[in-house]
Amino acid sequence: MTDMTQPVTPRKTRIRWSALADHAVLILGSLFMLIPLLVVLQTTTTTDIDTIKHGPQLVLGDQFGENLNKAMFKASGFSGENTGTSMLMNSMILGLGFALGKIVIGMMAAYALVYFRLRFATLAFWLIFTTLLLPLEVRILPSYEIAQKMGLLNTYTGLIVPLIASATATFFFRQYFRSVPEELVEAARIDGAGPIKFFVDILVPLSQTMIAAMFIIMFVFGWNQYLWPTMITTEESMYTLVRGIKQITQDLEGTNIPEYGRANMLALIAILPPVAVVIFFQSWFVKGLTESDK
Amino acid sequence: MKRAGFSTRWLPILLLVPQLAIIAIFFYWPAVHAVQSSFYLQDPFGFGSTYVGVDNYADLANSGEYLKIARFTLIFTVLVTFFSLGLALLLAVKADNVIRGARSYRTLLMWVYAVAPPVAGFIGLIMFNQSWGPLTELARSVGWDFKLGVNFNDTATAMVLVSVWKQVPVNFIFFLSGLQSIPKAVREAALIDNRSATGRFWDVTFPLLAPTGFFLLIINITYALFDTFGIIDTLVKGEPGNNPMTLVYKVYVDGFRGNDLGGSSAQSVVLMVLVLALTVFQFRLIERRIHYT
Repeated sequence: MTDMTQPVTPRKTRIRWSALADHAVLILGSLFMLIPLLVVLQTTTTTDIDTIKHGPQLVLGDQFGENLNKAMFKASGFSGENTGTSMLMNSMILGLGFALGKIVIGMMAAYALVYFRLRFATLAFWLIFTTLLLPLEVRILPSYEIAQKMGLLNTYTGLIVPLIASATATFFFRQYFRSVPEELVEAARIDGAGPIKFFVDILVPLSQTMIAAMFIIMFVFGWNQYLWPTMITTEESMYTLVRGIKQITQDLEGTNIPEYGRANMLALIAILPPVAVVIFFQSWFVKGLTESDK
Repeated sequence: MKRAGFSTRWLPILLLVPQLAIIAIFFYWPAVHAVQSSFYLQDPFGFGSTYVGVDNYADLANSGEYLKIARFTLIFTVLVTFFSLGLALLLAVKADNVIRGARSYRTLLMWVYAVAPPVAGFIGLIMFNQSWGPLTELARSVGWDFKLGVNFNDTATAMVLVSVWKQVPVNFIFFLSGLQSIPKAVREAALIDNRSATGRFWDVTFPLLAPTGFFLLIINITYALFDTFGIIDTLVKGEPGNNPMTLVYKVYVDGFRGNDLGGSSAQSVVLMVLVLALTVFQFRLIERRIHYT
């Protein structure tokens, strides 16, 4: 009996040791990701003077409400219009508008490309998918000039529409539609369903999960846009949280007492909605992200 | 196209019009415009432009500053890509191993995906605050007088660190999903053949992850080249000065601040060519991947 159990025991402990090492690495990695957020969080709960005097502490302070109040309702610019509330609203409009626009336009175009006999299908395909090759950053100045000529500066249209000019969602939905069984469209046609009915009653409900996954990715992408909003919005009432972050950092350089509480709170507000969406809809989000490359 | 598609004529055209209109106005027009104005010298006050041929490009090739920035961009890209891929791979392998707490670890390691680059840069400013930043104090405790925004190398270090922090989650998600798609039978066979975990990793897991790795390599290079703009802009507080900057940041500084439209457009075209080359490379890799798997 003892002979049989003995070789098992050391092996068991060795496995436990390696599991322990795995956990240690994962905990260190998690801390690497998390500590910066905790530092920001801590400074939102103390007074600015405390932060300047002592730096971030290990305990939370009691100024969270006060800092939140300052962040949401106090403006720092010249016009007094870039309060946290107004920036939060603009960020929401950008995130939701971008995701919605991208999905609607992408699904329409993908449907046309996959389900119709079209004379210029190949040309349309290449025209659309070339846009995947060049990010907005490399054509930023001419894009700005064009938006300016069209009178789109400081408008939501100018903020959202040029960002939609790339075919990521179209590409994604095209891939997905192609994987939908062909019998479905045949059956629908035999039953007398037209193309619009097929799209609205069959294809869209069928794509629900994909739409949700795309929506999450696009919302986060839109919310986090920085360069384009920086160029296109010059009026403070049009700032998004992410675009406002530069002004917030510049305020910290000013001659007055730097408002760390307010600044960190605004950063926290800019982080929370997209992070919450990603965490709550984790499985959809991961599915959407990892399948978009295929 | 599906064999059993619809044959309505006007509907597909109507469906395609919004997409085509948007990309015509906001993609093709600006792209052509950039190529065109890279051959012109623009009057800074907007009074007109003169055709100068390839002068703008020649100026770039002869500009010591531009070459210095190109070199920094290269080093920056290599460092960010290497560290964020390596760290993510390590964490993904460990997260794939553990049974208890796997979900919590996944959440803890991926949430940063949703943080905007400039906000990540802002957090970097807080962590490296000159008088009380936790990382500044950490550096000071080992005798490194860290000066963000003043010392070139210190600022570059902060840029790399923040960029890696921001990019690890994406790589982690892809590596983990790649690991989880390795069939159980393969894992068990490897377990029988090779008792050492390290040996198994290099002989079985790593080659099976290679396609994911190649795909991520391109994603990371593009990220380091373009998406780090927000990080760099906030870390230098919008004042480039003598601080390190990448090629994309230079396009912005020259074109938007310096009003050198021709030079900035030429830089844009150089970047376009760079991205095109990367994408062609990527397509060829994906093609190979479809062939062999």
